[in-house]
Amino acid sequence: MSILIDKKTRVIVQGITGRDGSFHAEQMKKYGTNVVAGVTPGKGGSNVAGIPVYNTVAEAMVATSANTSVIYVPPAFAIDAIYEAADAGVKLIICITEGVPANDMMKVYAYIKSKGIRLVGPNCPGLISPGQSKVGIMPGSIVAKGPVGVVSRSGTLTYEAIWALTSAGIGQTTCIGIGGDQIIGTNFLDVLKMFEEDSATKAVVMIGEIGGSDEEEAAKYIKKHMTKPVVGFIAGRTAPPGKRMGHAGAIISGGTGTAEEKVKALGDAGIPIAASPTEIPALIKARMKESGKKKSGQKQKKGAGKTASGGKKTGKASKKPAGKARGKKK
Amino acid sequence: MKIHEYQAKEIFAKAGIPVPQGGVAMTVAEVVSLAESYGRPVMVKSQVHVGGRGKAGGVKYAENVEAARVWGQKILGMDIKGLTVKKVLVTEAVDIVSESYVGIVIDRVSKRPVFMVSPAGGIDIEEVAAKTPEKIMKMAVDPTYGLRSYQAWQLAAFLYRDPGQIRQAASIITKLYDIYWKVDASLVEINPLITTPDGKVVAIDAKLNVDDNALYRQPEIAAMRDLDSEDPAEVEARDGDLSFVKLSGNIGCIVNGAGLAMATMDLVKYYGGDPANFLDIGGSSNPQKVITALRIILRDGNIRSILINIFGGITRCDDVANGIVMAYEQLKPEVPIVVRLTGTNETEARKILKSVNLQSAETLDDVVKEAIRLADVETPAAGR
Repeated sequence: MSILIDKKTRVIVQGITGRDGSFHAEQMKKYGTNVVAGVTPGKGGSNVAGIPVYNTVAEAMVATSANTSVIYVPPAFAIDAIYEAADAGVKLIICITEGVPANDMMKVYAYIKSKGIRLVGPNCPGLISPGQSKVGIMPGSIVAKGPVGVVSRSGTLTYEAIWALTSAGIGQTTCIGIGGDQIIGTNFLDVLKMFEEDSATKAVVMIGEIGGSDEEEAAKYIKKHMTKPVVGFIAGRTAPPGKRMGHAGAIISGGTGTAEEKVKALGDAGIPIAASPTEIPALIKARMKESGKKKSGQKQKKGAGKTASGGKKTGKASKKPAGKARGKKK
Repeated sequence: MKIHEYQAKEIFAKAGIPVPQGGVAMTVAEVVSLAESYGRPVMVKSQVHVGGRGKAGGVKYAENVEAARVWGQKILGMDIKGLTVKKVLVTEAVDIVSESYVGIVIDRVSKRPVFMVSPAGGIDIEEVAAKTPEKIMKMAVDPTYGLRSYQAWQLAAFLYRDPGQIRQAASIITKLYDIYWKVDASLVEINPLITTPDGKVVAIDAKLNVDDNALYRQPEIAAMRDLDSEDPAEVEARDGDLSFVKLSGNIGCIVNGAGLAMATMDLVKYYGGDPANFLDIGGSSNPQKVITALRIILRDGNIRSILINIFGGITRCDDVANGIVMAYEQLKPEVPIVVRLTGTNETEARKILKSVNLQSAETLDDVVKEAIRLADVETPAAGR
């Protein structure tokens, strides 16, 4: 199927009368997303592109029984918008807004976690399940339905990778941008678990960047628990230490969070790393082929394959394509 | 945003954290008058936004006023890691018995502010973490409940044995946590926190970084920004709402999106070129941004070629192309430019670029390779 959003997703747009909110509400609707309501305090009763506008999220929830909200309000109001959605009973909140203070995010995170709410972002492009629903700002024109899950900390770099996949005839289950800030509601680890559980997802592309240790945490999980092949890309190999590279979270501080560490952690977990986003489709194809073979092989000698050496083999086999791809271009 | 030690100490002092008395000086005369007013040995400390000031000779002890004058002369105007020292902090020298470290940073994994304290202060905490991790105590604080007094006591007791000093340190730790929230810090650090011969606990250094995203509600902190200690090109970029970081290469990069901008630089390096900068023009197709971006990059004399890489999703490529043409006609750059525009309305965009003879490439890899080729052509043979 997909993760987080599908045909049943019913979306409230917070900040729908703003420039970004109104534009993207219409884009989402055009894509086929059930955009059921918009919220702007003081603009209740009006409508944007045929979408009814309410003064509060609570009102919108009563009127439309939505289950998801997407936030386009300016940074000074974004934190309050998240609390409002959480208190109104929204289960999935996607915050597109860039520029939210990290300390506020830490408090919000503790709050939504205690309520069992899933937050994606802030400072993210949102997500899209091709052919079903799009929530956020990802362009619908570059995706196609298929078996690959895409997760990334970036925006346009994600589009680049998705477009490379689509151009190579590889479609996607869900593409999700988790955001470029230090404190984000959903990390790689959370998304990888969801992709692992999603029956339609056969392989995953993970696009990381410098800063933090989210990729390393993901690598540990992949090595231990993930049965589906993962292909990686890490941006920022040439980034100087101590400098923020656009995203609030993209910074090498105290010598940690470097691309080298991340590439190594992922490599150690048997994940091939593309040198260019354009190499991703070939790596995905190779890994899916291998994984298919392995599965049929495992079926034949059932019972004998669950040893530790089986896991090791995955690691070795998967390193090859990365090496090849890198060698070719040099 | 980083603020200077003297500014951080003012904030500390206001919050009741003991710091030696001091004042900031921009001239040698001011250094002398400050040293005279204290009537005892002083420290003369350069105020620049780099680590390792002491090692670079930018922090000196002055026994008397004459020595303060000499160090003032030497340190003011000194170059530390590419930054000119324009201000020094003149502060009372204190006798040191022990040196500890106290800091708060954002922990991205637990999504909480985390205290790091160590009785091994006065040196790089990263060094302590690498060599003697057992000398560091870390404690994540639940932001919902704040720092409890038992936690402050626990941290303080990791540093000191004397109950009086533990009490003083616990109070400093509590005040530091309050400052962290009050100014929307992303890092606060006292290194070293010292004890004096008469048993007092004093912060003789202070480091404070404030979250850029929170500056809109921290006008007093925002006003502390010292433009002298920042790269002018980065200041200009910030004013133009661009993210720019200067690198050492000769291929200028203009990209939309931070991740893609990093990936583009990485590819330049991967294919054998040398990127001159990181530059993200953001999501809009505002031509003014392209103009500012080009102007900043062209000012760098090392530039041999420029690549523009735009992935137009929601952004329309023809809009961006018009912006590029406008920028091109306004600035008339002599450096060759190669443009790659992909996505919505890319065909129209290419036509627009052709009208001014701008070279375009189709893929990410192609635009990078072409920019490298152009840079090589432009580089004088003797230089290679």
